[in-house]
Amino acid sequence: MAKRQLIELAHARSGDKGDRVNIGLIAKRPEDYPVLVREVTAERVKQHFATVCLGKVERFELPNLEAMNFLLHEALDGGGTFALKADPQGKTYSAALLRMEIDVD
Amino acid sequence: MIRIANGQGFWGDSLEAPVEQVRRGPIDYLTLDYLAEVTMSILEKQRSRDPKAGYARDFVDLIARLLPDLRDRNVRVIANAGGVNPMGCRDALLDAARAQKIPLTVATVTGDDITDQLDKILQRGIELRNMDTGAPLESIRNQVQRANAYLGAFPVAEALKRGANVVVSGRVADAALVLAPMIHEFGWSATDWDKLSSGIVAGHVAECGAQGSGGNCQVDWETIPNLADVGYPIIEAEPDATFVMTKHAGTGGRVTVASVKEQLLYEIGDPRAYITPDVVADFTTIQLRQDGEDRVRFKGIKGHPATKFYKVSISYTAGYKALGQMAYGWPDALKKARAADQILRARLERLGLKFDAMRTEFLGAGALNRMPVPPEVELHLPEVVLRFGVRSHDRKMVERFTREIPPLALSGPPVASGLGLGRPQVEEIVAFWPALIPKSEVHAEVALWRSDS
Repeated sequence: MAKRQLIELAHARSGDKGDRVNIGLIAKRPEDYPVLVREVTAERVKQHFATVCLGKVERFELPNLEAMNFLLHEALDGGGTFALKADPQGKTYSAALLRMEIDVD
Repeated sequence: MIRIANGQGFWGDSLEAPVEQVRRGPIDYLTLDYLAEVTMSILEKQRSRDPKAGYARDFVDLIARLLPDLRDRNVRVIANAGGVNPMGCRDALLDAARAQKIPLTVATVTGDDITDQLDKILQRGIELRNMDTGAPLESIRNQVQRANAYLGAFPVAEALKRGANVVVSGRVADAALVLAPMIHEFGWSATDWDKLSSGIVAGHVAECGAQGSGGNCQVDWETIPNLADVGYPIIEAEPDATFVMTKHAGTGGRVTVASVKEQLLYEIGDPRAYITPDVVADFTTIQLRQDGEDRVRFKGIKGHPATKFYKVSISYTAGYKALGQMAYGWPDALKKARAADQILRARLERLGLKFDAMRTEFLGAGALNRMPVPPEVELHLPEVVLRFGVRSHDRKMVERFTREIPPLALSGPPVASGLGLGRPQVEEIVAFWPALIPKSEVHAEVALWRSDS
């Protein structure tokens, strides 16, 4: 087992829906997708964003795109025009997820 | 095959992109998405000052500029630029056509605006509960500004069938603008779920403009060529509902399977159920293949029957906010910004100001998403910006707060810069209430208007 930072294995894009952020995480190489599915669980993502995501994290798999979609609830200080945040639409959360370190074979 | 080009990802996007889409290669349709959620409220403010206003004025200027090109190249335009006054937009378009003596047929698609029917709808027992919180609309009824249902693609397709050169609508789902010409050209029915789903996926990858063709793209971003001249998405749609996403030859940007995947995943929830007015699309069925340089082919897309509801976006006033900033330079930039935050909070407390929310962020030191800053990095930060926000239903409290930011420059920690911003502005918050309404409560209307009659 070795530690790798997600940015080496994946790319991502994030956006908002109300007070929720969605992060699409995409394997750069198809062969890395199973590792992402194994390691980047909803629990780990919740832990990674513990200081900004106050609600649950849902995970959806898109094996056809070698991708997963994460939905972070209560993650935008109320969201939309309510938010006092510098990133009120969670646009930078995608790259923040890529800072996570995971175990690879 | 038909070519559908999107030239606008939001109101405020590039003014030149739609012109380039028309002039730099063959297209059949130009779609333009102008209506973000917040846009309706801005347009409502404009109409309250001038009854002829309330639509995306940029759109009329664009059409006036493009009229000869649209005629010579036989390009038809679909835009949700009507805002809260589609008929005002129609009048301005017809005036522009008459001024240039170029005949124009404009179609209006309306019926999305249910603001005036809200009380009747509530009286009938439709509570318009907030989709996120479950609260009934009654709880904020007297704060409501506008209520607009998201219409689907079929009324737009009807407008095309009746011969419109330009279709201008109020609130229509973004992706439906791209689906509509496919329905019209290929004769798809309202129960062709897989085909409709395919058209919606095409709309989803095109609706954000250059974000689908190399802009804001994380895959090898430094090697994406010539974003200064980025090409916006073009959909080459086939009657069997397969399609290619591409961009005009010679433009910058990039269309690859990887870049397309990023946009496919943008602002979605459950990928098996991407709900639109016309169909529920299943993103887990999308098959992608690189089909030459800057061309990605889509096939295999499945869909499920549409729901019995339209989504409604209801805007309402929800208090006031203000955001102040003060920058601190090396050395100890972050320490100084933290100290300033404490001083500011103490002063607000001594003044007895109460807020619904206060928020401190340190720009340059992990403000965007609160990822940690290592201590050795913190030591060398050349500057950190203290960003302090407050929110209250009491405008006076927020006003008073704004007076406390500029004094920090002289009465707080050293090496401070006000960034040339002066006193923060108080902003009224217009918030959004997402709800569902039975489709039977909303009636789309299509009408045609000719400049030469």
